[in-house]
Amino acid sequence: MNVAPLGLAAALLPAGVRAQRTQVSSGQLLTACRLAWEQDARLIALWASDERDRRRGFCIRVALEDGDGLMVLEHNLPDADARYPDLTPIFPAANRMQRATYDLVGVAAEADDQRPWLWLASWPVDQFPLRRDFEAPEKWEATQEEYDFVRVEGDGVHEIPVGPVHAGIIEPGHFRFQVVGEKLLRLEERLGYTHKGIEKRFEALPLLEGGRLAGRVSGDSTVAYAWAHAQAVESIAGVEAPPRAAWLRALCLERERLANHLGDLGALGNDGGFAFGLAQFSRLRENVLRGNAAAFGHRLLMDVVVPGGVACDIAWEHVHAMRDEADRTAREIATLRAIYDDHAGLQDRFRGCGRVSTELAIKLGLLGLAGRASGVARDVRCDLPCAPYDQLGVRMALNDGGDVAARVAVRFDEALESTRLIIAITAALLDPPAMGDVRATFGDIAADRLALGYVEGWRGPVLVALESGPDGSVRRCHPHDPSWSNWPVLEHAVIGNIVPDFPLINKSFNLSYSGHDL
Amino acid sequence: MLHMLRQIARVGIRTEPPPAPASDEAATARLQLHILQTLGRALTIRHVDAGSCNACELEAHALMNPYYNIEGLGIRFVASPRHADALLVTGPVSKHMAIALWRTYDATPEPKLVIAAGDCACGNGIFADSYATIGAVDRMLPVDVRIPGCPPSPTALLQGILAAITVAAPPPPRIEPTIEPTIEPTIAKPESSQTL
Repeated sequence: MNVAPLGLAAALLPAGVRAQRTQVSSGQLLTACRLAWEQDARLIALWASDERDRRRGFCIRVALEDGDGLMVLEHNLPDADARYPDLTPIFPAANRMQRATYDLVGVAAEADDQRPWLWLASWPVDQFPLRRDFEAPEKWEATQEEYDFVRVEGDGVHEIPVGPVHAGIIEPGHFRFQVVGEKLLRLEERLGYTHKGIEKRFEALPLLEGGRLAGRVSGDSTVAYAWAHAQAVESIAGVEAPPRAAWLRALCLERERLANHLGDLGALGNDGGFAFGLAQFSRLRENVLRGNAAAFGHRLLMDVVVPGGVACDIAWEHVHAMRDEADRTAREIATLRAIYDDHAGLQDRFRGCGRVSTELAIKLGLLGLAGRASGVARDVRCDLPCAPYDQLGVRMALNDGGDVAARVAVRFDEALESTRLIIAITAALLDPPAMGDVRATFGDIAADRLALGYVEGWRGPVLVALESGPDGSVRRCHPHDPSWSNWPVLEHAVIGNIVPDFPLINKSFNLSYSGHDL
Repeated sequence: MLHMLRQIARVGIRTEPPPAPASDEAATARLQLHILQTLGRALTIRHVDAGSCNACELEAHALMNPYYNIEGLGIRFVASPRHADALLVTGPVSKHMAIALWRTYDATPEPKLVIAAGDCACGNGIFADSYATIGAVDRMLPVDVRIPGCPPSPTALLQGILAAITVAAPPPPRIEPTIEPTIEPTIAKPESSQTL
C-alpha cells in the first residue's frame, strides 16, 4: 500500500514477504485506513503492546495487506486513558480485535461496542494480562460473566442457546440463535472459551523455542503457524532458511492443506446426510497422515518447521512414496468429486445454502478459502509468494457462488492443486541442486526488533508479529488467525437459512476457535 | 449410484484390528467380551474440549475413520453427557471452560469415567504455566486414565479408552471432586503452577 498521498514516509519492515511500517497520528490512522480501503487493502490484524517501560505509553498496530505487501500502521497512545479511533466503519472485522485488545492490554477504541470479547470473568476486570506489570491472581473464583447478547423481539421469536460444549468432537464456543419457526433471524457468537494466554506464554519462552508454541496456536494449521513464526524469527536475525528447507516447508504446508480439505470434504458430505463421503474422505485423510508420520515422525507435522529451516530431512523412499500417494489421491478425489456432483440430495443441501455474496465478502473482509469461494481472488501463495512458491506457480482456486457448494468446490480444486504441488515439490526434492542443509544456525539475536511472518494456511492467511527482547527473549508476539475476520461473516451467512443447515454452513467455513481465542 | 457402489466395492473393508489396551495384556477378543459384559453392548463417550489447540480433536475424529472404526467396537461418541459412560477431556482446562467442564461432569450419570487425553490434559502441556489455564484435568476432576501425546495418535487414544474400560470393572474407589458442585465453584490456584 502506498501512504505517500498522506505525506507519510514508510520504512521497510523485516518480514517473510514485502512489508512496510509507518507511524501515524490519531487522525492519520483513520485516513490511512480509508485510503487502504480505497486501494483494495484488507485488514489482517490489529493488536497492541505495552510500551510504558520505554515511556511511549501503548502502541496500537494495524496490519493491512493489498496484494503488493503488508503495511503496518503504528499509533502511539500516551496512556491507558487515551483512546484510538474506531476502525469498524471502514473495516467491520476490527470490532472483535478492538475489544480483545482492550481485554488483554487495556486500551480502548472510541467505539460504541465496549463489551468484553476474550474476557470471561476469569481474571479481575481491571487487570490486563499483556501489560508488563500483570500478575496472575493467586486465587480465583470461577464466575459466570453476564454478556449482553442482542435479542430479537416479536411474535413467535425464540432463542436457542448452544454451547460452549457442542454436540460433537469440536472446539467450544457459544452460539445464540434468534429463530422464528425454523428460520434463523440472527446468530450471535460468543467466543473466548479456549483462551489459554498464548501471547503471554510466548514472552516466557526463549525466542528460538517459540516455534513449538506457535505450532500449537491452532493444531490444524500447525505448519502454517510454525512457518510464519519461523519467517519472523529469521527476519529478526537476518538468517535465511536453506533452499531445501523451503521445499520441505512447502511440502508440509501442502500436505497440511490436503489433509484438512480431505477431512472437511468428508465431514461436509456427512453433514449433508451422505455418510459414504465421510468414510471415503476420512480414509484418504488417514493415508496422508500416516505418510506424514512415516516421513517426518508426526502425523500432523508438529515441530517439523523450525526457525532456521526444518527439523530433519526426509528419506528418498518417502519422497517417492509421497509422489505416488499424491498421484493416487488425485485420482480418488476426481472419482469422489463426480459422485458428489451427481448426488442430487447432497447438491440440494449444498446449493444456495449459507450464501455470502462477493460484495458482502469484500465489505466484511472475508479471508482465505471462504473468501475465494465468494469471488475474492486473494491467495498469499500467488500474491506474495515466498520461496519456493515463486517457482511453483500456484493456480488459485476461485468460485463466485458464495454458498456451501462453492466452498466445497474450492476445497476440491485446492485439494487437487495441492496434489499437483506435492508432485512438483517431490520432483524438486529429488533434483541434485536441491540437496544440502535443511537448517541454518543462529548467532546473537538483536533486541527490540519487530518482524512479521505471513503464510497462506489452508484456512487463510496466518500472520505472526514478533518483537525480540534482550538476550534472545521475546518482548511481544501476536499470532493472528484468519478466523478473526471470518467468524463475523458466518453470522451473516446463516441469516434466512434454517436451523438444521447451521452445522453444514459452519462446517463449510470450519473456523478455528483456538487460533482465535489465543 | 453405480459409481458409488463401484467405489465401495473397489475400496473394500479397511478396518484394522484394534490395538491391545495400554495397561493390559488381555487378548482383544477377551476384551471385547469384557466390554459387552461390563457395559452392555456399548461404551458411550462425551468429548469435552477444555481449551485444546484442536489437534487432539482431529485425532479423536480419526478414530471414526474406516481404519480404526471405533463404532465397530461398540464405542460411540455421544452428543450429551446424560448419555455418556465416560468423558474424554482434552486441553489444559482453560479457566474460561472450567464451569462448563464441571457442569458436563456433573451432568454425567454415575458410574462415570474420566479420560484425560493429550499432554495438556495430563498436565505436561505447553499451556500449563499460564494465567488462563488450570493446567491439568486432575486438578479439577478425578481422572481414571491418562493418555499422553501431543496429540495422542488414534491408536494411543484407542488403547487408553480400552484401558479405561478395564479399570472400570471393578469400579475404582471414587475420589470426591476437588471442587464443590455449586453453581459458582471456587478453584484454588494449584501450588505447582508458577505465575508469569
